[in-house]
Amino acid sequence: MIAEPMRIDTDVLVIGSGAAGMYAAIEAARAGCRVCLVDRSLIGRGGATVMAQMTVAVALGEETPDHWLHHYHDTLTAGRGLCNEELSRLLCEQGPECIREMDDWGVGWARRDGHIAQAFAPGHDRPRCVYVDFLSTGPAVSKTLRSVVYKMPGIRRAGDVCVFDLLKADGEVVGAAAWHAGSGAPVLISAKATVVATGGLTRLYRRNSASANMGGDGYALCLRAGAPLVDMEFVQFFPIGHLAPRLIGMDPIMWDPFRYKLGGRLLNRDLEEFTERYGVAEDGRYVITRDLGTYAILKEVEAGRGSPHGGAYLSFQHVPEERLREAFGPVIDRLAANGIDLTKMPVEVAPIAHYHMGGVAADARMQTEVPGLLVAGEAVGGANGANRLSGNAITEALVFGRQAGRSAAARARSMRTQPPAASAAREALDLIARDGRKDAPNPAAMMERLQAVMADDVGPLRTQTGLARALVCIDGLASELGERPFGGAVRFDMQRLEWFDLRNMLTVARCVATAAQARTESRGAHQREDFPAMREEWRANQMLRLRGDRLELSRLPAPAAEVAAQ
Amino acid sequence: MSEIATLKIWRGEDRDGGRWDIHAVPFERGQSVLDGLRWIRANRDPTLAVRFSCINANACKECMMELDGKTVYACTARLEPREMTLTPLSNKKLVRDLVTEIAPPAERLAMKDA
Repeated sequence: MIAEPMRIDTDVLVIGSGAAGMYAAIEAARAGCRVCLVDRSLIGRGGATVMAQMTVAVALGEETPDHWLHHYHDTLTAGRGLCNEELSRLLCEQGPECIREMDDWGVGWARRDGHIAQAFAPGHDRPRCVYVDFLSTGPAVSKTLRSVVYKMPGIRRAGDVCVFDLLKADGEVVGAAAWHAGSGAPVLISAKATVVATGGLTRLYRRNSASANMGGDGYALCLRAGAPLVDMEFVQFFPIGHLAPRLIGMDPIMWDPFRYKLGGRLLNRDLEEFTERYGVAEDGRYVITRDLGTYAILKEVEAGRGSPHGGAYLSFQHVPEERLREAFGPVIDRLAANGIDLTKMPVEVAPIAHYHMGGVAADARMQTEVPGLLVAGEAVGGANGANRLSGNAITEALVFGRQAGRSAAARARSMRTQPPAASAAREALDLIARDGRKDAPNPAAMMERLQAVMADDVGPLRTQTGLARALVCIDGLASELGERPFGGAVRFDMQRLEWFDLRNMLTVARCVATAAQARTESRGAHQREDFPAMREEWRANQMLRLRGDRLELSRLPAPAAEVAAQ
Repeated sequence: MSEIATLKIWRGEDRDGGRWDIHAVPFERGQSVLDGLRWIRANRDPTLAVRFSCINANACKECMMELDGKTVYACTARLEPREMTLTPLSNKKLVRDLVTEIAPPAERLAMKDA
């Protein structure tokens, strides 16, 4: 039998504790609000922030003169005409303030000659990316925010809280229904404002570069609560995710900083450089953008010129050993422990799901269409259009998090009484009131099937046939999943956790495939083999809404390109 | 013939009760213990509880457990073609199977309340 739900009343509920969620919590608490910061896992340890390697793009102009308009211009160019310019502008214009506040909080941005150091990354017109260390910028950002959150009065933190539905009363979001993984007990949260900061959807894919808790939860929560999603077809693949030999204890996107520092050579099976064939000659420098790099590697594999495990070689064999060691120090030893000697061998790399450009539609206050519901960070769609520039993700998390915290606080302070969450929660809580069926299929195996079909048919290169096949498979998995959760109200029941994960992941997978099927052109991260050209009539954003059980897709022309800066 | 790793795993919700499950896992050079545990969940027994998040990067620090009595991260401990014994952390409160309460007290949901 299920217990009475534990009840929490708060001004601002923040769901997700990556950089966006933590900054939102800090900002709302600074405005005097009671904040409840929940995460389905540990506070400030999961998600994508902690996995970020090096670059954080921001127009500080510390070493090279810069202005946010230049950063904005590069962001819009990378976005291939689809950026929500209001959001891109917010990211670029307010980035410097947040980055400097992080500096005040002791994040420790690397410095050279008394200036914050700024590195060059592909797609930027000048060196613009701050970093802490070449492999541990994300952990430093997480740790800094965790300690600010810890010291801030008014923020209550609770890990292992799995939010499974937002609660609505009179058309507004009034909190959330959750269950506590540690005990299996239901939790009912009443909030004057709710910020969804749950990150992206990389877990939908077999090979991905983020944590296992990035299954697109927030997109599904918001969609079910009535908020539309935008640009869901644009999944960013990181071209040079580590593929082979098996390497443990390192993030698969670790080669990026190596390339920033040393260039490196991308080679095919025959040890020839090949990116020039796809329009970008690298000449030992790291200049290829993520969408083009992904395309070039996959096309080379398709032509039968891939590396043994189905990717490309990345070689630093031309770099003298002293230089490698100077650039990477102890990392060289970690590679050696995995049997990798860069002076003697190339490694194999291949595209890996990395980031989602699409997400919940929001305005520059981070307000969604549904009152009481705000979003922050990667959960927000539109700032990066059809392709994200290197370094914009952490900046976006900080800026959007701060803004969401501000807007949430403003709403919470305008409300006199705690909204009535309990009556809105009846249906949601009924979902976890009973034990699941005994003959339930293995949800971990279902997850692998979903990841396989997404990688094979809804990956970087798409066709009508593949997308249709994926949608059939998604529907099949959804009927296997059924309407009632697996598992029971016991401690750390992973079958129950995975049932709720799959419920969200299948919804989000359907969104990605549906939007990808409708977009009959190729643009940025969305490449249709059957529609290889970019088409002007598709300079449009697609919105998805849930009407009953049905997804409704609509198309809005993107505003005329403003591209303010030169 | 392909090699196997044998994982002997403690299961239960109560330190004084509990049982041992033994699973043979296909072994490939370079794999981690967590790879083996995830293989078991997807192919043999999804009821096995194990906490992990980042899977491979040793960034989230969630997959701490004991391997042959020594504390390890399952994501960086190598799978080996022999019997390996996995138990929950002995100095933390047991939640279930290999999962223990590792969050700092201020980051746990206080079960009384509100």
